[in-house]
Amino acid sequence: MARKEKNSPSITRRGLVLMGAQLALVGTLGWRMRHLQVEEAERYRLLAEENRINIRLLPPARGLIYDRDGQPVAINQQNYRIVMVREGAGDPGEVLRRLSLLIEISPDRRERVLRDMYARPAFVPVTVAEHLDWHSFARVASNAPALPGVLTEVGLSRHYPADEVFAHIVGYVGPVSDYDLSQIENPDPLLQIPDFQIGKNGVEKRAEADLRGSAGNSRIEVNASGRVIRELDRVEGSSGQDLQLTIDSGLQDFTLRRMEGQSSATVVMDVQTGEIVTMASAPSFDPNSFVFGISTGEWNALNTDEYRPLYNKAVSGVYPPGSTFKMVVALAALEEGHINPSETVFCGGSIEVGNRRAHCWRRGGHGWMDLRDSLKNSCDVYYYDIAQRVGIDKISEMANRLGIGIRHDLPLPAVSAGNMPDRDWKLRVHGESWLIGDTVNSGIGQGFMLASPLELCVMAARIASGTSVTPKLIRSVDGVPADLSAGAPLGVQTASLDAVRAGMFAVSNDRRGTGYRARIADPQMAMAGKTGTSQVRRITEAERRTGVFRNEDLPWNRRDHALFVAFAPFDAPRYAIATIVEHGGGGSTAAAPIAQDVMIRALYGPEPPIEAWPSAMHQTIRERRRLGQDSASVQWSRA
Amino acid sequence: MIYWEQMNARPTPTGPAKLLHVHWPLVILICCVCGAGFLMLYSVAGGNLDRWARPQMMRFGLGIIAMLFIAMIHVDFWRRISIFAYLGGLALLLAVEFIGEVGMGAQRWIDLGPLRLQPSELMKVALVMVIAQYYAWLPQEKVSHPFWVAVPLVMTAIPVMLVLKQPDLGTSILMVAGAGVVMFLAGVSWWYFGTAIAAVATTVWAVFESRGQTWQLLNDYQYRRIDIFLDPSKDPLGAGYHITQAKIALGAGGLSGRGFMQGTQSRLDFLPEKHTDFIFTSLAEQFGFVGGLTLLGLYTAIIMFCLLSAFSNRDRFGALMTGGLTATFFFFFAVNMAMVMGLLPVVGVPLPLVSYGGSAMLVLLGAFGLIQSAHVHRPRGAYG
Repeated sequence: MARKEKNSPSITRRGLVLMGAQLALVGTLGWRMRHLQVEEAERYRLLAEENRINIRLLPPARGLIYDRDGQPVAINQQNYRIVMVREGAGDPGEVLRRLSLLIEISPDRRERVLRDMYARPAFVPVTVAEHLDWHSFARVASNAPALPGVLTEVGLSRHYPADEVFAHIVGYVGPVSDYDLSQIENPDPLLQIPDFQIGKNGVEKRAEADLRGSAGNSRIEVNASGRVIRELDRVEGSSGQDLQLTIDSGLQDFTLRRMEGQSSATVVMDVQTGEIVTMASAPSFDPNSFVFGISTGEWNALNTDEYRPLYNKAVSGVYPPGSTFKMVVALAALEEGHINPSETVFCGGSIEVGNRRAHCWRRGGHGWMDLRDSLKNSCDVYYYDIAQRVGIDKISEMANRLGIGIRHDLPLPAVSAGNMPDRDWKLRVHGESWLIGDTVNSGIGQGFMLASPLELCVMAARIASGTSVTPKLIRSVDGVPADLSAGAPLGVQTASLDAVRAGMFAVSNDRRGTGYRARIADPQMAMAGKTGTSQVRRITEAERRTGVFRNEDLPWNRRDHALFVAFAPFDAPRYAIATIVEHGGGGSTAAAPIAQDVMIRALYGPEPPIEAWPSAMHQTIRERRRLGQDSASVQWSRA
Repeated sequence: MIYWEQMNARPTPTGPAKLLHVHWPLVILICCVCGAGFLMLYSVAGGNLDRWARPQMMRFGLGIIAMLFIAMIHVDFWRRISIFAYLGGLALLLAVEFIGEVGMGAQRWIDLGPLRLQPSELMKVALVMVIAQYYAWLPQEKVSHPFWVAVPLVMTAIPVMLVLKQPDLGTSILMVAGAGVVMFLAGVSWWYFGTAIAAVATTVWAVFESRGQTWQLLNDYQYRRIDIFLDPSKDPLGAGYHITQAKIALGAGGLSGRGFMQGTQSRLDFLPEKHTDFIFTSLAEQFGFVGGLTLLGLYTAIIMFCLLSAFSNRDRFGALMTGGLTATFFFFFAVNMAMVMGLLPVVGVPLPLVSYGGSAMLVLLGAFGLIQSAHVHRPRGAYG
């Protein structure tokens, strides 16, 4: 039905207005589209790429560390790990329960794993257990069908097969802490990987740059919820460099066990090349316990032990060198022409210095002493006398030349420079001028002077070789040998050195020498040494008068330190040694026997002939061997 | 333009011959836009046809048949039932208050078994129809009389209030725009529109002013959307995330796009609601500025064809309804695009004929059926 048409005005005019308005709006939309898609396209393209591409770092395998014979001392072990993904598990609680029938998972741990799983997106794997042994791991793997969502993974983690033997040298690794990150100027992004391990101590720490290697990376595409869609590309990193140490693990092991029960340190080095073949600090600790995170109880025990197991006494411990310093004073005096080796000094048991009296350790005195006898008997008065003649500055200079008071460059943290005072030092540090009494004290290695076992070992090596040999700990890096050339000549007259060496020979091989009992009996291998007993406290006048002063009566931490330095064989020196037993009493009784046993092993190898020891000791040695206390190094290596 | 002249030369067709008089170029344009929609739905489903594209195609088929069916019925019939359609729509809107399903945080649907009906969709069309009917009835001299202006305002206000209450801001805006355009085309005095614009400005001011007061006009979520629209960086991972990701998708598309199914933003789910409100960003990411402009061009061509049809239609109801529905359609896509491009706040308007959604597709095609009916049955012959 056709309706009657109204004679209405056309809508065209207003319609055109409307059309114009609409076209204008369409134009606006087009302009906006152009702005976003043409002008800003680059920026948004970048943002889109940022959205979808994640870069995942691939941690490199850490470089291995070997001893001088190629025995591994720090390796990467397979870390068998069980992770669980919620979305694949169905009922995660039930799966966890089943899993706990196969491997041990504490109820606490189960609860935490469940909580973690629900706190994160369903596809994120959560670690249930790690460091599993192979059997548990295999048990889980073979039960996989009953354990939906449970995945087995293999990672790498550090292991120290020698346990405590290399703890102070190699150190240990641990997860990167916030503190570590704050200490680094421009941290390697690798460090941000959760549970990435870096060197925390020892060579692991100082040679971190060599050992770490460089990260590879994998660019992955993720969706909005973070799920990995695919790997776009992958660049493999390079593993860290392998290090070979100069340490002989057999000797190191023996040395550590020989010092067991004492707070002690021993350094043995090659007198020509400076290679440190042993650097042991007792007691030690197991670095493996730090790798997985040490328990609070264990940490407290290590920290409160008064023998300070965590502390590397060989390089960080500094002690008054005591009589082991007398060679330095003698060499300074000889070089400066203040004495000649045959010149004698009378020891009456004490000497007047200023208005005070300085005593010899032997109350009755030693009588007339020449250089050789003064070393052999460790006469104090002789050195009180010549120290005054030489003066502290020359003594100090000679000490530095022999390696004391210098920070030796070893890849270890906290290598101490000791302390070698002179006039300037006292004025600077104490604001007092140097007194003659200070010089006298320095003459016998007491007073302000401090040296580490490493420094004393370097001193012995330099006296033995006549070169300024420097200590070295790294034998090769990734198969490239380190510079192991002999040191430059020491610049000390051979005659002076010979005189001092003769004195040291007398200490160990003269019937009346302080180190005679701890000698090497085989003349081919004869040792030349020097004992030292350094006071950690002042002996009061009253004690000296009454004579009631026995070291054994004092509490442990106030007893004297026992020291011994030596080199051997006398005719063709190979090794220098320095041993200190903290608060061990006399150097000849506490330190020299350790050095003797260690030096014999260094010279003869793991099974030395009994003739190496003096005949008086054969019975003891046989007894020790029978008890297995003297066997060759324990087979600790699993390699 | 030969096409037009030929059509005008003939008397109003009857019977099956009407099919020949359907505005086929418009139908083809609609098919093109819908085709683009299927392609996008296939793509955002990650190459899964069954997820969205196939159901959408089936509704499209149904809708095209409905459109042609509606086109065959005389426009006078539609004029006469307009008031009933409007009242029925009102009844349905009231009904969703009680039996409506809650979806996407808003009450909008009536569940009719296989079809979920959104009464607000129907109301958009019915409102334009009833106001066109009103002006077809109202003598021209009364058009600007305040009383006769108030009547359509009330007719608009009632459903708009109900839809706002759901709450569905987007549809409310489209309804107001559609009704306003019909009144504008009917010749209501410019003064009223001037006043209305002033009133809107005042309202905007009041909306901002009322925030946090006891007479707060909008919901908190709507305020948050406004805030984030004004500064998306305020909340890049929360509510601003949608706009930010949408702009990234658009921009990343660049001039020529990243290629079909190669858009990372949509493929990796960075885009929100990528099969509904934000589908345009996915298209623009895959086909770039060229693709986006092409779609905009298709839409504009649809608008132009419809408006030209309205201009040439001397039947007042047909012309006004065509103009009103065209305007509604225009605001539909313009608001959606402006929204995803960050020119307007996110008000929840899908992209017409492209976004996934059954009732929107059917209602839109039905509305084009009405436009076709007005076109087919327009008075022909000499003037007068």
